[in-house]
Amino acid sequence: MTAGGVKISVQDLSVTYGRVRALKGLSIDVLDGEILTIIGPSNSGKTSFLRCLNRLIDLDAQAKVRGRIRLDEEDIRNGLSSEDLRKRVGMIFAMPIPLPLSIRDNITYGPRMSGQIDKAALERIVVESLRAAYLWDEVRDRLGQPAQKLSGGQQQRLCIARTLALNPEVILFDEPTSGLDPISTAKVEEAMIELRKAKTIILVTNNTKQAARVGSRTAFFLMGDMIELGPTADMFTVPRDRRTEDYIVGRFG
Amino acid sequence: MRNESLKQRLGFGVLLLATLIVVVPVLSILVLILLKGWGALSWKFLLTMPRDGMRAGGIFPAIVGTTYLVFVSIAFALPIGVMAAVYLSEYARDNWLTRTINLAIINLAGVSSVVYGLFGLSLFVIFLNFGVSIIAGALTLGIMTLPVIITTTREALRAVPHAYREVSLSLGASRWQTVRHAVLPRALPGILTGAILSIGRVAGETAPILFTVAAFYLPKLPTSLSDQAMALPYHLYVITTQIPGIPESYRYGTALVLIGLVLVMNITAGVLRARYRKKR
Repeated sequence: MTAGGVKISVQDLSVTYGRVRALKGLSIDVLDGEILTIIGPSNSGKTSFLRCLNRLIDLDAQAKVRGRIRLDEEDIRNGLSSEDLRKRVGMIFAMPIPLPLSIRDNITYGPRMSGQIDKAALERIVVESLRAAYLWDEVRDRLGQPAQKLSGGQQQRLCIARTLALNPEVILFDEPTSGLDPISTAKVEEAMIELRKAKTIILVTNNTKQAARVGSRTAFFLMGDMIELGPTADMFTVPRDRRTEDYIVGRFG
Repeated sequence: MRNESLKQRLGFGVLLLATLIVVVPVLSILVLILLKGWGALSWKFLLTMPRDGMRAGGIFPAIVGTTYLVFVSIAFALPIGVMAAVYLSEYARDNWLTRTINLAIINLAGVSSVVYGLFGLSLFVIFLNFGVSIIAGALTLGIMTLPVIITTTREALRAVPHAYREVSLSLGASRWQTVRHAVLPRALPGILTGAILSIGRVAGETAPILFTVAAFYLPKLPTSLSDQAMALPYHLYVITTQIPGIPESYRYGTALVLIGLVLVMNITAGVLRARYRKKR
């Protein structure tokens, strides 16, 4: 619960796709151990921001990124390889994408790719990650089955477990419950709140109520600018900016 | 209301008719060849050497020759084609060089087969001094099938959702690990389809082997890759047009064996593909 020092420091971050400016000079510090929730209408730059943090945006040949991002004082572009960065900064996508492998092999994918071959260690990782994602009891008897046979909600928790298997310091959630029913959503949120004890979490969501439920701080993005940033409780009771208020009460977006 | 349903029936009727028109030639070819060729089939026909200037005996050396050509050319073209496709689809950036390569591949697919034969003759047979041989013919056929393999492999890679690559990369995998473990396994059935198409072409083409490997009449088996060999499609051409007095059933029997051989190879590849899909 206690937020410590600065985990990620972003300075003057801009992203452009051709002529379109997705993010216009964003500066923000993400604190150690917080859940930072990011809300805003579509095309406000939320997802572009997340994809800068693990450099997945590099895949897009069109995207031009400027500015500086530091993870624990290390520049993520010059100091770290993208592979090492992504082991420390995990990501959960909007749609759960299990790889076409068994449940077990999905969980161990990351560790195996970084060279872990010890069977006992991998098995321990499977159990611990699935427990932390609240999925263990549902799949303990069928770890060898194809992960794609799980329900949508289970698949998303599998994806969380798969990310946890690398023991990342930061986890980025990109609208992780947009395709899930309310019960599955509650389970994913439960896992998220539990994770805050050990991880720094950034959650992008279209669901303002979700941002209010799980966030410690909340940022409001609009058309590539960060309009407002503050403690979640304040943001949803006494927003400083009129546009924030309009968005929260549902006047647009 | 009734009018609409009548229109719909008429529409589907036309579509069905178009489908039947596609099936009719396939069926008639099969029936014709089976009817006229079945009588020639015997173990003797399949497994003995031709005699009396090919007017008697069997077609064993042609079967062996075509089998050699298929395996050697696929062994050459499949790895190279798949590697090129992986490079083009997973690594190459979209620039003028890539676009030129793509254009070259499309044009390679459009070159007529007799030109490949001439090219094989000048490069492999004469310049590289392989002589008229299985290796020269197989390489010529391999180059001919490269565009097919590259195109089908690339389509198979493209059909793998981009999200798999993102997931794999987001778990700290390198680009090569991502290709190897997240993309290629899902593309494998499609790649095998490309290989199947190539087998059919390699086994059936006559022009590319004309100057590079095919022997008119060679009643013994090849002992190495630098030997000449008989091959089914060329043999069929020879006994149909070059030698008078050959029983008709021999011609259709040879065609039947050619079709059957391709069918057997396709079924094998198809079974491999199905087994792989089930395993996932």
